[in-house]
Amino acid sequence: MTTTAYAARADTRSDAPLLSVRDLQVTFQRRGEEPFHAVDGVSFDVRPGQTVGLVGESGCGKSVTSLAIMGLLPRRGNRISGTVDFDGTDLLSLSDGQMRDRRGKDIAMVFQDPLSSLNPVVPVGIQVTEVLERHRGMNRKAAMPMAADLLKRVGIPDPDRRIKDYPHQMSGGMRQRALIAIALACAPRLLIADEPTTALDVTIQAQILALLKELVEDTGTALIMITHDLGVVAGLCDEVNVLYGGKIVERGPRHPIFRTPRHPYTNGLLGSIPRLDAAGERLTPIPGSVADNLPWDHACAFAPRCSQPIAVCTQTTPELETTGDRALRCHNPVEDPR
Amino acid sequence: MLRYIVRRLVQLLGVVIILSMLLFFWLRSLPGGPVNAMLGERATPEQVARFEQVLGLDQPLHIQYVRYMGRILQGEFGTSTAVLPGADAMDIFLARFPATIELTSTAVIIALLVAIPLGYFAARRHGSWLDNLSIVGSLIGIAVPVFFTAFLLKYWFAIELGWLPVSGRQDNLGCTRITKFFILDGLLTREWDCSVSALKHLILPSIALATIPFAVIFRITRASVLDVLDEDYVRTARAKGLTARIIRGRHVLRNAMLPVLTIIGLQVGSLLAGAILTESVFNFPGIGEALVTSFRGRDWGVLQILVLMAAVVFVLVNLLVDILYAVVDPRVRTR
Amino acid sequence: MSNSDENPKKSLFSRYGDRRKARIDELAAMSAPRTAPAPVPVGAGGPAEDLTVHESGTIEEKPGVSLWQSAWHRLRRNPVFLLGLTITVVFILVAIFAPWIAPKDPLQGYLIDKVRPQSNPIPGPEPGFPLGADHLGRDLMSRLIAGSRQTLIVGVLATLGGFAGGLLLGTLAGAFGGWVDSLVMRAVDVMLSIPSLVLALSIGALAARPSQWTLIIAIAVVQVPIFARLLRGSMLAQRSSDHVLAAQALGIRRSAIVTRHMLPNAMGPVIVQATLALAVSIIDAASLSFIGLGNPDQRIPEWGAMLGQSQRFIYDNPHLAYYPAICIIIVALGFTLMGESLREALDPKTRR
Repeated sequence: MTTTAYAARADTRSDAPLLSVRDLQVTFQRRGEEPFHAVDGVSFDVRPGQTVGLVGESGCGKSVTSLAIMGLLPRRGNRISGTVDFDGTDLLSLSDGQMRDRRGKDIAMVFQDPLSSLNPVVPVGIQVTEVLERHRGMNRKAAMPMAADLLKRVGIPDPDRRIKDYPHQMSGGMRQRALIAIALACAPRLLIADEPTTALDVTIQAQILALLKELVEDTGTALIMITHDLGVVAGLCDEVNVLYGGKIVERGPRHPIFRTPRHPYTNGLLGSIPRLDAAGERLTPIPGSVADNLPWDHACAFAPRCSQPIAVCTQTTPELETTGDRALRCHNPVEDPR
Repeated sequence: MLRYIVRRLVQLLGVVIILSMLLFFWLRSLPGGPVNAMLGERATPEQVARFEQVLGLDQPLHIQYVRYMGRILQGEFGTSTAVLPGADAMDIFLARFPATIELTSTAVIIALLVAIPLGYFAARRHGSWLDNLSIVGSLIGIAVPVFFTAFLLKYWFAIELGWLPVSGRQDNLGCTRITKFFILDGLLTREWDCSVSALKHLILPSIALATIPFAVIFRITRASVLDVLDEDYVRTARAKGLTARIIRGRHVLRNAMLPVLTIIGLQVGSLLAGAILTESVFNFPGIGEALVTSFRGRDWGVLQILVLMAAVVFVLVNLLVDILYAVVDPRVRTR
Repeated sequence: MSNSDENPKKSLFSRYGDRRKARIDELAAMSAPRTAPAPVPVGAGGPAEDLTVHESGTIEEKPGVSLWQSAWHRLRRNPVFLLGLTITVVFILVAIFAPWIAPKDPLQGYLIDKVRPQSNPIPGPEPGFPLGADHLGRDLMSRLIAGSRQTLIVGVLATLGGFAGGLLLGTLAGAFGGWVDSLVMRAVDVMLSIPSLVLALSIGALAARPSQWTLIIAIAVVQVPIFARLLRGSMLAQRSSDHVLAAQALGIRRSAIVTRHMLPNAMGPVIVQATLALAVSIIDAASLSFIGLGNPDQRIPEWGAMLGQSQRFIYDNPHLAYYPAICIIIVALGFTLMGESLREALDPKTRR
């Protein structure tokens, strides 16, 4: 009973993608304002058991991508197009009810701020059991021991007592563990973690990452890790997608990307991480902010902030070109990475 | 939790003490002074002289205050001169209080039943015609004086159409009295016609009175639901694939109701004020009607107990609301 | 409200809106020297209204747009506010020029000959008397017009009185804190715990002979604790704010800080409250007149009193009640609409 929730599914790994996002576009349209392309033609795959990173600064479209996959974007004022194929079904074509049946069961999500993401007036235990009640048809009485077990599994000590606690009675790390327990309650095949460690203390961040890694390995759940922190990616992800201005600018397996970043943006991100083993070396931050973007229509959005722009960068849009297991969208790639 | 209640009770005591001081000075400053106030204007000089001695008006102020407090604590507010001449002021209060409770609580229930669903749906369909229409409705509800609403209801449904009684609290059916809550009494004694009659008399006044809390509760519910819908935990609930019913009840409304609860406590004051006007229009024999009669007839003893009790009720209900709040919101409880 | 201390959460949408606005600004600022496409045209409505487009094609925010200026920018186009403003202005004009507007003398019983206490107590409309007359044969139309002046006087004086009292108490409490604060606020709490109408009645009872002033004072006293609370709240928020701390650090006298730095900034919510209080005062005045705590001189027309007097005749002549009631409702609605939209415009939370 207790282990069924985490039945190892490592053997289901295969090369057929579990999730296949194709040309996803999300446009926010407010009355009287220019439409804003938050996500602008994003495509990527997630294979069963794989951990894929979506990396970029805030505003690059990574969170909107995840909300679009989950079907959680407000319908009013948004246009969503493209396909999100999950195990043979296009999630974007599902009705509200059909999508509701899948959320929390097949695809689950862990959010950034564990305090505001938990309902303050409902005990944590019930916030776990309600998923089980909803998707497994259990009654609350039967679901309670399982909820306690889930809390124990994510490393919450004394779960039988903690199950009655309210979110404000828990520490930040424990709340995030509880959110992970909620997400994993129905053994989803895909877990989306949206900056799960950003709101936590540094020591707790490491614990939560270790926990996620362990759980993903044990259960065979595929994971989309959304983060601005390349350190998180380095420790966790099999494949990395770097987003800028709503488009993927570079993709590749973890080690090659870190060893030989080709896009100046990726290179810049790596250059702005302080490193202990490179004492004396100066940090090289990327100048400006996402607000300096150019529109993608006739230019590279990153050009104003780029360290090595050439004339063509402000004239034509670079295409995403694939070579082997890597892809790149750049007119003037980095030859000599830092 | 217990410590919280005790602390609030101590605060309540402070309010009542300050209030009694104000009342004491108020009584002394009434036209004609305290003797007149206690005995009424038609007292004979002998009565006045005797009373002055009994009251110890020659004594220093603080001793007078202590004696005054002693009388209040024993429930001696004097004899009525206008509301029910000769009756004890306390008895008048006790006889009329249940009527006002019946009226105000029915009005609050009506207001809650209409305002909360309407506020919820207005927020869900933010900017729709339903939203705008209900906002306009609640603004008109604020601008229309409650006695005019009462008057309109009385004129149309009682006088013109004759569907419901024009005034009073119950037809003269010789009903048995147990609790003095007429609807409840009828149910207890199985005198169904008594309950029905009391209910019929209650409909129009309580609808009129309900317009006051309705406007406020609607606006608070709408604003609060709008806030809660933007909260991360609602997104979490949706990410869990929960049914719309559970998201609405457990995640949205349970949080959105917290400010509504507070506002209900604060509305008790305007409810009592509204009850004064509504009861006057319908000649409904509650404390509001007694207040107007005692004011017009300079029945200071009755006026005194009614003013004191109105304040005490206000504070008590707010205490109750705070305790209820602590029950609903775990964050308050552990603070 | 327990969750008011949390940061106001913005919707996903507005977060993007803000970011977009910042993006437009910065993009535009840097776009001129580069070979970039022309800046994104700014649509009407929304936050973009604060932007100006210069000839060079750059967009920048107007420097130092004050809270009031930006509020006015939004109010100017708000139909709710304009409706409220129109009603209010028309009402005030009518009240001021009432003696010249009113077609007849509101005090004279022109149609007294037609009043038959048994058969025809209320003369109906006839040429020169479009709304008919009251039970003393006085022209109803003229009395309604003349009544606006009484209503305005009572409303304004009562609100001013309440404001002055509240200003005194609130400033004392907010500016000095400590035991002054506790004492004043306990007293205010007690006043708040007495239902407004009961408090007004108690005040009215103190007057040996009721007059119009009893009414005004009673309503003013009811408003005092509300203004006091509000002012204290704003003053407390001001007291710990940076510009007041800076003034203290410069060694400016306390009284000067209070009058020059704290009070002006606390005024926004107070003005909103005053507008709403005017509506409440007018309704309260009508309520008190209706109960009988009004001007005992029934010759002077006042809407609440007219409504009260109409009670005797409502069975056959409900119009006697309708006309003054509609006047009260429209005027109260005008002030409420104005106050509410003012509140919304000044609230930083809704300044999106």
